[in-house]
Amino acid sequence: MQKEYRTIREIAGPLVFVEKTEPVGYSELVKITLPDGSTKRGQVLDTSHDIVVVQVFEGTGGIDRRSSVKFLGETIKMPVSGDMLGRILSGSGDPLDGGPPIIPEDRLDIIGAAINPYSRDNPQEFIQTGISTIDGMNTLVRGQKLPIFSGSGLPHNDIALQIARQAKVLGSGDEFAVVFAAMGITSEEAQYFMKDFERTGALKRAVVFLNLADDPAIERLITPRLALTTAEYLAFTQDMHVLVILTDITNYCEALRQIGAAREEVPARRGYPGYMYTDLANIYERAGRIQGKKGSITQVPILSMPGDDITHPIPDLTGYITEGQIVASRELHRAGIYPPIAVGRSLSRLMGQGIGEGHTREDHRALSDQLYAGYAEGRDLRGLVAIVGKESLSERDRKFLDFADSFEDRFVRQERNEDRSIEETLELGWDLLSMLPEDALTKIDRKLIEKYHPTHKKRGS
Amino acid sequence: MEMKKGQISRISGPVVVAEGISPRMNDVVLIGKERLVGEVIKLVGDKTIVQVYEDTSGLKPGEELLDTGAPLQAELGPGLLSSIYDGVQRPLPKLSEAMGDFITRGASVPGLDRERTWKFTPEKKKGDKVSQGDILGEAPEGNITHRILVPPGVSGTISSISEGEFTIEETICVLEDGTKLPMMHKWPVRVPRPFSEKLLPDIPLITGQRILDSLFPLAKGGTAAIPGGFGTGKTVTSQQLSKWSDAQIVIYVGCGERGNEMTEVLTTFPKLEDPKSGQPLMGRTVLIANTSNMPVAAREASVYTGITIAEYYRDMGYDVALMADSTSRWAEAMREISSRLEEMPGEEGYPAYLASKLSEFYERCGRVKTMSDAYGSISAIGAVSPSGGDFSEPVTQNTLRIVKVFWALDSKLRERRHFPAINWLTSYSLYTGHLDDWYRKNVSEDWSRLRQWAMEVLQKESELQEIVQLVGSDALPQEQRLTLEIARMIREFFLQQSAYHPVDTYSPLKRQFAYLDAIRTFANLAQKALSLDISLEDITELPSKAELGKMKFEDDIDTGIPAVVEKMHKQFEKLGV
Ligand SMILES: Nc1ncnc2c1ncn2[C@@H]1O[C@H](COP(=O)(O)OP(=O)(O)OP(=O)(O)O)[C@@H](O)[C@H]1O
Ligand SMILES: [Mg+2]
Repeated sequence: MQKEYRTIREIAGPLVFVEKTEPVGYSELVKITLPDGSTKRGQVLDTSHDIVVVQVFEGTGGIDRRSSVKFLGETIKMPVSGDMLGRILSGSGDPLDGGPPIIPEDRLDIIGAAINPYSRDNPQEFIQTGISTIDGMNTLVRGQKLPIFSGSGLPHNDIALQIARQAKVLGSGDEFAVVFAAMGITSEEAQYFMKDFERTGALKRAVVFLNLADDPAIERLITPRLALTTAEYLAFTQDMHVLVILTDITNYCEALRQIGAAREEVPARRGYPGYMYTDLANIYERAGRIQGKKGSITQVPILSMPGDDITHPIPDLTGYITEGQIVASRELHRAGIYPPIAVGRSLSRLMGQGIGEGHTREDHRALSDQLYAGYAEGRDLRGLVAIVGKESLSERDRKFLDFADSFEDRFVRQERNEDRSIEETLELGWDLLSMLPEDALTKIDRKLIEKYHPTHKKRGS
Repeated sequence: MEMKKGQISRISGPVVVAEGISPRMNDVVLIGKERLVGEVIKLVGDKTIVQVYEDTSGLKPGEELLDTGAPLQAELGPGLLSSIYDGVQRPLPKLSEAMGDFITRGASVPGLDRERTWKFTPEKKKGDKVSQGDILGEAPEGNITHRILVPPGVSGTISSISEGEFTIEETICVLEDGTKLPMMHKWPVRVPRPFSEKLLPDIPLITGQRILDSLFPLAKGGTAAIPGGFGTGKTVTSQQLSKWSDAQIVIYVGCGERGNEMTEVLTTFPKLEDPKSGQPLMGRTVLIANTSNMPVAAREASVYTGITIAEYYRDMGYDVALMADSTSRWAEAMREISSRLEEMPGEEGYPAYLASKLSEFYERCGRVKTMSDAYGSISAIGAVSPSGGDFSEPVTQNTLRIVKVFWALDSKLRERRHFPAINWLTSYSLYTGHLDDWYRKNVSEDWSRLRQWAMEVLQKESELQEIVQLVGSDALPQEQRLTLEIARMIREFFLQQSAYHPVDTYSPLKRQFAYLDAIRTFANLAQKALSLDISLEDITELPSKAELGKMKFEDDIDTGIPAVVEKMHKQFEKLGV
């Protein structure tokens, strides 16, 4: 029998301080009943004989000293079942779709335990997203965590949706289940996602968690954990390959900062708590593969960089944890190029394990290295052209300049529903390289050039 | 032994406050019903403050806390090599047996296998006088001979010593005062192990990485920092060093980094060969993996666990290389604990003692004469992950005040896929002077002059680049355009080195020298050609130049380089040089 306390001593921001309790467990779930009968949930952040600090997810508005506080004796659990696919839930996991409550097959702790590094399996299966800048240059593999670094007004949602629609592992029939967690995005944005999921039928194999802009900020701290707990269940108990989309991490971090400030903690940079790296790692590291398990979790978190600043603590700490990043560029977006992916600043660290012979094609690595090099050189020349004019460039330099333009126009640019196969992407790459003098292709072996370069192929056939 | 009991009075994340007990600083305590492991980190009045190495969810005030009376210790003995541990030396394979694929809590697993036996061969005999650090005998382990030493603080006359197969707990030697010595002993991780004398490092740690060995070498027993923003190559560089450096023992501490990276090491290392012994690389390696999502207090401890194991092998007379990826996550663990203790913060919220913790750590490295007059060394390579990629932050700055080698990773280079993305203008090594002799004797008399030449060309290039940015390279005189061209060869051919290419990934010193020397030969011939009014275009289009660039990927590179140089001479001759 749990006791109820009416001993609230202080309420500050999202925190409630309760005194004179029996011993309360750290991290325990808390239920607060307001005088009008409504309830709010929270979690213990600090516990001692004298005082217990509770963080309230639904906000502290309306709580008064007469409200009763009940400690539930367990940490927060998520009811999970294989029937969750197709469901739309709130940021706290309650059904929003008018459907029945979830009949749990299990109730899992939402603070996921760390996967033992010894039990992990190397992610190495190529995921074809149909987007050339990703597949060709920053390849995603199953079990990877690859965020999209974006900015306000950039089409990151379109990119995420296109990945969700098109992602497939070649040669395997299995489709991805999608777990989508919205944190503090506008209802308009949420609608945009939902419409697309419905239109394409993706909703049937998706679980959606919605914490919208006008939902309590502190709830955002549990939304991704509910989503990932669900994903882990689907992946490692139900053998599914799960794609998790988390948006927007920036809103999540704001909530984290709010709690830190309310607890009067010493902040690290820009007011964000010193433990933000660890906290984010506890989310992002819940991706991967486990030896002997069929399923996998691939994460595509989205974050908007405040002021387009990649050194801001949110993208910075994220970049230190994830296995690369896809960076959206305002410059390309202004030039009317979709998807505006900056290939130079983007990176997939697991690319090496997912490409090449037996995965994509033997020439993949060399080709992409060469495309980078050529594009970088061409871009550098643009700066120079602005000063000295195109005429004063050498013949060779002019070729690089044109190459960079064509690369953006033909390789980077594609339609929102254009699903390029990896062969198409690679062929396109070779086609573009043929604009450059052949002796400039220093990153590619003779053998590969003879086999794949359009000039040689024509001669050969 | 009856352990003293106290009671928890407060829990805040990884920090627990207890009362009714008065342990010593750094004592290990067992907390709550599940006996979670923690360490005393502060004593205030009658309060004991403990950092807990496991998740504290569900722990309640009033629960029991036991003082073990001993500090956090590492288990030292045969069986360390090829292991993978968490930050407090629990073997991860054993944890997965006990808990499954996810790390839960409350399992106590010893660091060393108690069942396995090792073949012990004594080197001392009955009646010998021994003292700390003396070699009692040896047991083969992994790729090396594990020397069993008299533990620090022990001395006496041997009354019996036995040969044969023993577990690490069985007595192999008894002293006259009755002291029984097994192969294993324990050592408190926060206390440096004794040695006889510190020596000046004057032998290079050969890494097979061209920019490191040739331009910014590290000495055996030296310390290096690799700072760099995310994705610039800290982990790849650390892993390259663990694969290719000519240390006999490698300790890799994955401190607060990714799980998948540790998996990668675990899956690739057993398939690779130790370049020295030809045996599996794993046989000289100890991995300590406390990933970013594992408990933060254990992350704080992981670096100490690593350096203690390193010291243990150093004491046997081995050259040990220790990689810590990343020391910034270690510093952050300190920050997190310190902030829970409500300590007065220093810069960016880091504790005021950050600098002294960093220097204490790097001071435990070095080349030493051991207690048994052998020579051993610990070289440390610390990755630093500066927030915002900004090197002015406290961890980078405090590290640079201590270490002697600075390998500065550069996001700009990484964006252009120039790997390793080590900036050649800002990096430095304070060992070059000490090591010159060695390079002269073992590689070439001409070594330091060649390095000097390369550095000058690169320096010149950066000055010229400023002009080029404004007016384009065509406006420069031929002479200077040649310098740009040569610098480009040094950068693209020599400095760029792919960790993923089977040939390019490792470059022996002689090959490094030959390669750079070939570029210098080209430069000299080109210079002459220019003075004979031969156009720069004709020079740079010589096929031997492009061929030299691709040489590094060829299996027959060692015979290939002289062949290309010969062609080079012929082609220049044709031009009239
Ligand atoms: N020597 C190299 N050869 C080839 N590729 C490299 C090399 N060094 C780095 N890279 C590339 O850079 C990527 C990032 O490197 P790495 O993971 O070592 O970065 P990091 O500095 O450890 O980043 P973080 O701080 O986020 O852990 C690698 O996945 C690889 O693609
Ligand atoms: Mg790294």
